[in-house]
Amino acid sequence: MTTTTTAPRRETSNPLTAGQLPAWGPWALLGVAVLIGAAVSGLVAGASGTDFSIVSTVVIGYVIYLVAITVVSQLIEGGRKATDRLVTGVVVGAFALALVPLVSLIVTVVINGAARFDMTFFTWTMRNIVGEGGGVLHAIIGTLLVTLWAAIISVPVGIFTAIYLVEYGKGALSKAITFFVDVMTGIPSIVAGLFAYALFALFAGEGVRSGFGGAVALSLLMIPTVVRSTEEMLKLVPNDLREASLALGVPKWLTIAKVVLPTALAGIVTGVTLAIARVIGETAPLLIIAGFTTNMNYNVFDGRMMTLPVFAYNQYVSPGVQEQAYFDRAWTAALVLILIVMVLNVAARLIAHFFAPKAGR
Amino acid sequence: MSKRIEVNDLDVYYGSFKAVEGVSVEIEPRSVTAFIGPSGCGKSTVLRTLNRMHEVIAGAWVDGEVLLDGANLYGPGVDPVNVRRQIGMVFQRPNPFPTMSIRENVLAGVLLNNRRMSRSDQDDLVERSLRGANLWNEVKDRLNIPGSGLSGGQQQRLCIARAIAVSPDVLLMDEPCSALDPISTLAIEDLIEELKQEYTIVIVTHNMQQASRVSDKTAFFNIAGTGKPGKLIEFGETTKMFSNPSVQATEDYVSGRFG
Repeated sequence: MTTTTTAPRRETSNPLTAGQLPAWGPWALLGVAVLIGAAVSGLVAGASGTDFSIVSTVVIGYVIYLVAITVVSQLIEGGRKATDRLVTGVVVGAFALALVPLVSLIVTVVINGAARFDMTFFTWTMRNIVGEGGGVLHAIIGTLLVTLWAAIISVPVGIFTAIYLVEYGKGALSKAITFFVDVMTGIPSIVAGLFAYALFALFAGEGVRSGFGGAVALSLLMIPTVVRSTEEMLKLVPNDLREASLALGVPKWLTIAKVVLPTALAGIVTGVTLAIARVIGETAPLLIIAGFTTNMNYNVFDGRMMTLPVFAYNQYVSPGVQEQAYFDRAWTAALVLILIVMVLNVAARLIAHFFAPKAGR
Repeated sequence: MSKRIEVNDLDVYYGSFKAVEGVSVEIEPRSVTAFIGPSGCGKSTVLRTLNRMHEVIAGAWVDGEVLLDGANLYGPGVDPVNVRRQIGMVFQRPNPFPTMSIRENVLAGVLLNNRRMSRSDQDDLVERSLRGANLWNEVKDRLNIPGSGLSGGQQQRLCIARAIAVSPDVLLMDEPCSALDPISTLAIEDLIEELKQEYTIVIVTHNMQQASRVSDKTAFFNIAGTGKPGKLIEFGETTKMFSNPSVQATEDYVSGRFG
């Protein structure tokens, strides 16, 4: 039976198949295109006496590839596949282009920051340090404390605002809140810093500096982000669940506290972490209200407090006699800041993973 | 415990739109009453007014009275939360709480209300409710897995277990089988037959065979046209409604001539 049914199939061609490029085809085309690009760039470099340019090689190669793959695919595979190959090429190109600054930034920071990535850097402050040595312990502690306080202020405010908007708010008040939250999203960070300074100057007089003031400034930037993301997450909770709970005779506030919030918890935690990541790198407001210092300060309510972004800025703008030592410290501070944000993001992922509603069997 | 429901001249609104007009029915204790009618005629809306779930939707309100053993649900000072504790509801789509296990889902009425209950009482309640919903034998070995891990039919029976765990007087079911296969539907219909011994049951269904199988009385709703309010056309014994209805529209609908 098998032989009789398969035999004719081998002889007659399947009407559903069409011409197809082999899997290695696009790659071969890409290789040839880049070689042509390299040749053209080499010729131009040789003729004009300039250096060989990798950028022009890539750009010329990319354009040649796009044209070639479209033409070849059109001839062999037909119009629909040709369009598909062209658009695939454009999309991948856009993706690679977007990655260039990101990768370049990470590579630069890691290379430059590695110089001072040592124990001294994490265990010393800058007290009495001129030139080489010193560390950023005071700035790490400062950044963590200021951000912690900013989170303590903005997370409850943000989450309760979002709960009001989604669960209770209707009419003019809720529209006004939504509008002002949108406006707050656009506040320049320097304005938040000036506001915090003006606010604290009212109580403590001119020239006031404190970590808590920085936290207030950061919370102005953080609240709208927390409100927005929490609002979106609460809206994602199916109405079925609220109704199921209400129909059991559960009051509305308990429904929100014990059904809606736990269901949305993973998303809310992710949103809060992203909001923290957004403000932890803020420099301008902290420069005004938290100031800078070379000493350790554990008290957010009194005195100047160093933070990592301000530290990096400060080291870069006003280097001392041994410039390189200051630049190295600035780069390493930037690297540490990136690492902190990364750890926060990983932590958010883990929390989201463990709290997410499971559909196991 | 099972109570009588009396609806007197009820008008139901969404904002300024009158969705249902002039409904009056009497629902006897320990009976099954089916609401049938074409889509959009307001049967689910009327069902939701029976435990004040209608007003959960923004802008929704009612005019008229619903009496539960003589007490008006819409009287002044009535707490909707208390009403809902006595009149349970099962929804069209199975909706177990995704963050809770099977056991916690059954206990949801207790746990969510912060009521204290000893561990052994909880175990009793879980077993009694799950047995009541014909689900005990299928899940007794895995009470701690998430409720969303069950099949659709099992989830719906879990929702029924959750509703009867708070021991309501009345059980409202809003198309409980419309998302289920025939086997699960049969399981739920058998269950309704058993629950009838203890509860007053009102069921909304699109399936006329189901209405004729499970219900003692049937209410037929119809709508004159889009934008017009739905109306109760006829209410009577199920056998009479399906064999010899007194209104022509009912006969047309149950015989499949429209809808």
